[in-house]
Amino acid sequence: MCNDCGCAAPLPGHEHVHDPPSRTIRIEENLLAKNQCLAETNRAHFLAQQVFVLNLVSSPGSGKTSILERTLADLAEQVTFAVLEGDQQTSNDADRIAATGVPVKQINTGAGCHLDAHMVGHGIETFQMDATDILMIENVGNLVCPAAFDLGEDHKVVVLSVTEGEDKPLKYPHMFQAADLMLINKIDLLPYLRFDLEQCKAFARQVNPGIKVLELSCHSGAGMDQWYDWLKQGVRRKRAVRNAERA
Amino acid sequence: MHELSLTQNLIELAEEHARRAGASAIKSITVKIGALSGVIPEAMEFAFDVCCQGTLAQGATLGILHVPAIGRCRQCTTESSMTSLIDSCPECGGFVLDILQGQEMALTELEID
Repeated sequence: MCNDCGCAAPLPGHEHVHDPPSRTIRIEENLLAKNQCLAETNRAHFLAQQVFVLNLVSSPGSGKTSILERTLADLAEQVTFAVLEGDQQTSNDADRIAATGVPVKQINTGAGCHLDAHMVGHGIETFQMDATDILMIENVGNLVCPAAFDLGEDHKVVVLSVTEGEDKPLKYPHMFQAADLMLINKIDLLPYLRFDLEQCKAFARQVNPGIKVLELSCHSGAGMDQWYDWLKQGVRRKRAVRNAERA
Repeated sequence: MHELSLTQNLIELAEEHARRAGASAIKSITVKIGALSGVIPEAMEFAFDVCCQGTLAQGATLGILHVPAIGRCRQCTTESSMTSLIDSCPECGGFVLDILQGQEMALTELEID
């Protein structure tokens, strides 16, 4: 009898083709495994070079680039920066950063809605990382997708401007949960708006109880000093971690 | 919106595993998707056929195992099902729930030839 089909073979002429049986293999691998692996490579590189790395995320128009411009100018004497700019199209943001004299590279994602670890790994190739204190990665303006992609950064920093509405943390909880710091920008406009600052902070803490919040205006300069202190503290901590590993 | 790139990652992963197993074609791909993973299963299904074109998985079917979300209250340790990241504890009203399951997005099974 034919073992494959059970017919009464072997008879002369019994030569139908038996399909090889398909096999099932069990796997357990995260869909972001490849990005995660590249992000860890980036992270190890950043640690070796003692670079404090921030991934700035927000909706479009919250003031990420303006915060960067002012920060780069105000801290020019104290901190060495490099900047990666992510946008779907144009080099407008990179041009603005380049005007401050800081090394910058524009990444255009085309149809893509976020930066990934691979783009960042290549994006920094032209930077002198060993001479850089802080790498700022300005992600594509989008409160959804960038939450899921680790770039190898030390912290995600979410920027929310007071013209957007205080319930953004509840509407986009993934992003506010992934961030360690929330910058509430454009507070100079508060007198003209019905934005409930305390409610906004409460919403953010409902999604992420550990999130740190700073209120500032990169236009008036209010609150910028706390942000600068936080940055400088981050640089010192990163160096300490590296030095402890070397010791 | 990132389902397209996630689905591309999925097909790449599936092809790697299939090649390692010496397969010539992938007949079906099974993934598990947690309710709070941020992945919309319908969007992944929509992207799947396009992403399979020209790969070992051309013509393959996609199976999605839905994983419901469960959280544990940090205050009273009650476990409850969650439908969003901003759910509060049904027992004590606490806002901080540690997510025990429901954030999965993983390739779990391949049927290969």
